[in-house]
Order: sequence, then C-alpha cells, then structure tokens
Amino acid sequence: MTKSELIESIISKQDQLIPVDVDLAIKMILEKMIQTLSANERIEIRGFGSFCLHHRASRIGRNPKTGAAVELASRSVPYFKPGKELRERVNVPV
Amino acid sequence: MTALTKADLADMLFNELGLNKREAKEMVELFFEEIRSSLEKNKEVKLSGFGNFEIRDKKSRPGRNPKTGESVAVSARRVVTFKSGQKLKSRVEGYVGIS
Repeated sequence: MTKSELIESIISKQDQLIPVDVDLAIKMILEKMIQTLSANERIEIRGFGSFCLHHRASRIGRNPKTGAAVELASRSVPYFKPGKELRERVNVPV
Repeated sequence: MTALTKADLADMLFNELGLNKREAKEMVELFFEEIRSSLEKNKEVKLSGFGNFEIRDKKSRPGRNPKTGESVAVSARRVVTFKSGQKLKSRVEGYVGIS
C-alpha cells in the first residue's frame, strides 16, 4: 500500500471531512513525525510503536574500489520498534 | 523531553488544520489503524518520503532464557521492520546532539 492508497482508503472510511483535508492531515502528520525525529525527539504511538534515533559513531571506512581509508562522520539513523498490538496482530500463525 | 504522542498529533490537526477535536483524534487513529490493518494482511506499507513498513517471516531458532541460561526454542514468527526513506534519512543523519 502506498501513501496515496492509504489516503484514498481513509477518505472512503470517514464521512466528515472532505478529501483534500484528509490528504493534508496525513501529510501534516508525516511531516510532524519527521520534524520530531530530526530534533532527536521520540515518537510514541500506543498500540503501534515508537520511533527514535540511533546514533552511529564516526569511523574509518574504506573506499571498496581503491582501498583508501576515508573518515566517515558520525550520523543518526531512524529506528522503529513495533508496539505490542502491532506485533500481535501481524504475528498470525501461518 | 517528552515524546510525541497521538494527542500531540491531534492537537496539531486541531490548531493548524482546523479540524474539531473529535475529527482530529479520529484522523490520527485512522491513520495508524490503516497501516496496522494493511500489515496484518501481510501487505507492506510504503510512505514515500518517510519510509516503508515491511513484513518478514522469521524461522524458528534456538534461543536461551537469559536469566537461567536454559535453551528454549524461539518459535517461528512474522515481524514488522521499518526501512526509513531517503528524505527522512537525510533529515536526521546530520543530527549531532549534545547528549
């Protein structure tokens, strides 16, 4: 499912908002989540999961082609930990 | 520093988009429920600019009870993984915090 399919599906499931408002609302939610993580703040959605940043120390890497050592700067990467309800609903016996 | 919650997202939709409080709360719920129900049906969710929620089937493997050291089997399971998208990655990678 893509973002536009998700938005379409939400539009069809509610009857109070006009489509353009649903579209905007979803985009605002995602933008707020990105802003929160870029400020190194956590996101905690009960029943869904939590997002935070994991920090990677700087290290010496190698250019795989030439073998030359290059210094890789420290960086932060987003991390998602699924919450209990999401884990249980996805983990259906197969 | 407190975490961003569903209540904060609903407040934003109320303050900045002008939804009423009930609509705002429902929209936030619907958004996360829609992702959960897609994943529950084994369908991955790709949110361009943010990231992809993917499903992985894990085989059963031998594990250990970390308390007693006893070996126990970890059962086969289906799990969700998140792969962040380019835009999210590039917006957070430069974060150098004073921690």
